[in-house]
Amino acid sequence: MKALRILSRNIRDSFKGVFRNFSLSLASISCITITLVVVALSIVLSINVNNFTTLVEKDVTIVAFLRSDIKEEEAIEIEEKLKSLDNLEKYTYHSKQEVTDEMKESSETFKSVMDSWSESENPLQPTFEVKVNDIEGIGEVAKSIKNIDGVETVKYGEGMIEQLITVFNTVRKIGYGVVAALILVTAFLITNTIKITIFSRKREIEIMRLVGASNLNIKIPFILEGLLLGVLGSIIPIGVTIYGYNYLYEHFNGQLFSPFIKLVKPNPFSLQVSGLLVIIGMLVGMFGSWRAVRKYLKI
Amino acid sequence: MDLIRMRKVKKTYKNGVTAIYDLDLKIKKGQFVFVIGSTGCGKSTLIKMLYREEKPTSGNIVVGGLNVAKLRNSKVYKLRRKIGVVFQDFKLLNKNTVYENVAFALEVIGEPKNVIHEKVIKSLELVGLKHKANNYPTHLSGGEQQRVAIARAIVNSPKLLICDEPTGNLDPETSMEIMKVLLEINKMGTTIIMVTHDTEIVNKLKKRVILLDSGRIVKDFEEGTYNHESIKNFK
Ligand SMILES: Nc1ncnc2c1ncn2[C@@H]1O[C@H](COP(=O)(O)OP(=O)(O)OP(=O)(O)O)[C@@H](O)[C@H]1O
Ligand SMILES: [Mg+2]
Repeated sequence: MKALRILSRNIRDSFKGVFRNFSLSLASISCITITLVVVALSIVLSINVNNFTTLVEKDVTIVAFLRSDIKEEEAIEIEEKLKSLDNLEKYTYHSKQEVTDEMKESSETFKSVMDSWSESENPLQPTFEVKVNDIEGIGEVAKSIKNIDGVETVKYGEGMIEQLITVFNTVRKIGYGVVAALILVTAFLITNTIKITIFSRKREIEIMRLVGASNLNIKIPFILEGLLLGVLGSIIPIGVTIYGYNYLYEHFNGQLFSPFIKLVKPNPFSLQVSGLLVIIGMLVGMFGSWRAVRKYLKI
Repeated sequence: MDLIRMRKVKKTYKNGVTAIYDLDLKIKKGQFVFVIGSTGCGKSTLIKMLYREEKPTSGNIVVGGLNVAKLRNSKVYKLRRKIGVVFQDFKLLNKNTVYENVAFALEVIGEPKNVIHEKVIKSLELVGLKHKANNYPTHLSGGEQQRVAIARAIVNSPKLLICDEPTGNLDPETSMEIMKVLLEINKMGTTIIMVTHDTEIVNKLKKRVILLDSGRIVKDFEEGTYNHESIKNFK
């Protein structure tokens, strides 16, 4: 009961603190807001890139066409070289015969034409189908395969998806950097805001200490004030996330540019992101105020 | 029984100034003690160590069973809840009413509202300011403000009331009013230590008087034995 009364008093004080220096609080809140909007963008982008990267990775295959006159032993040699490549998830070999049979099966016309070919006339090429672990490295793998003796041509996803992923990943990395910088600036601003509150309540703090308020009890309102700034600063970013992402999803019909790139469904994704935003806001706020309390609350 | 026991207490500030040397002092429960001495002799330092605003450099201090010299910063509040402190400059919150100022001392330690109300009214009655409960400190005279500060200091029924020049800012007449309140509180069993420069008051009340000089106790007059002539040599 006692603790509860003290806590409710502390919460009241923290609200008072926010409004006591409202312009400064507003600056902190705006800073948190900007930070969290960028955080939200980064998270949304990040999760989506991860999501469709895994989807795409399942589909994107390198097809290596071998010379049509390749011999069995040569194919085995090529296979050995393939095996030694990094970033290789799996591969399958389709011999000339298999490729031919497959084509014959696909249509009667093909079959009649192909039946007339002699073995040496058959222009079809045996292939290796290769899947990679990391889609970003697919270009490199393709290049290495192309350099293997006996491989004539290499085809894969035509570069579009790979490029897109590279672009998104770059954006994501920049996002992380911006977020880190913004968080630092925000924490600094909050520290400053709380510092002003501490100074403006100097006498009150002195009296509290004099009449027997515990140190924790004196510190909590300031920590709560930082937390409150964080929560207030997360309101707009949450709105932007929930409405913005829903709108985006509807607008693009759940996919970006091609059916390959599927967006994560807004529900519960946007809510989870929102939850994360509040938590980050509170943590940044508390970190900032904790710094101020440590530095300026000499008790 | 001793409420306060100080043994071989020494206080050297960070800047190298030694304010208290090798001080021994015992104060019994219920006593009224004046601490006098010229400016800078260490009076405030002495009482600051009692409410653990300052830590002694060496020596032992026990207040009401608490080992104050070894009290950790985070535990100071336990001591403060047993002690009331009054200053020359009142230290009131000017944005709050008289009632709120006194209630503050109980609110921050989590007392329930009904208990707070009862104690605050009782305390204000004792200092004769119940009728000004809803006024703001800035609308009160200096004497009244000091009585509010006293009401706040005793609202939690402390065993010990420490006053650092409580009448320092007040005219002689108002000072006597404050003294009447303090005597009243003392009569109810609260031990009082009062630092003062006001020899008029000390003369009149004939209580125990401790005379400090350069950080040492040079005279300790038992209650009733104080004689104005005897400190003249030190002034
Ligand atoms: N926080 C401090 N840091 C350094 N020196 C201090 C500090 N407080 C007091 N002193 C020094 O300690 C000595 C005693 O100071 P103290 O305040 O105890 O004197 P006092 O008897 O209360 O004087 P006054 O009658 O003027 O209030 C003085 O020389 C003072 O300069
Ligand atoms: Mg002094």
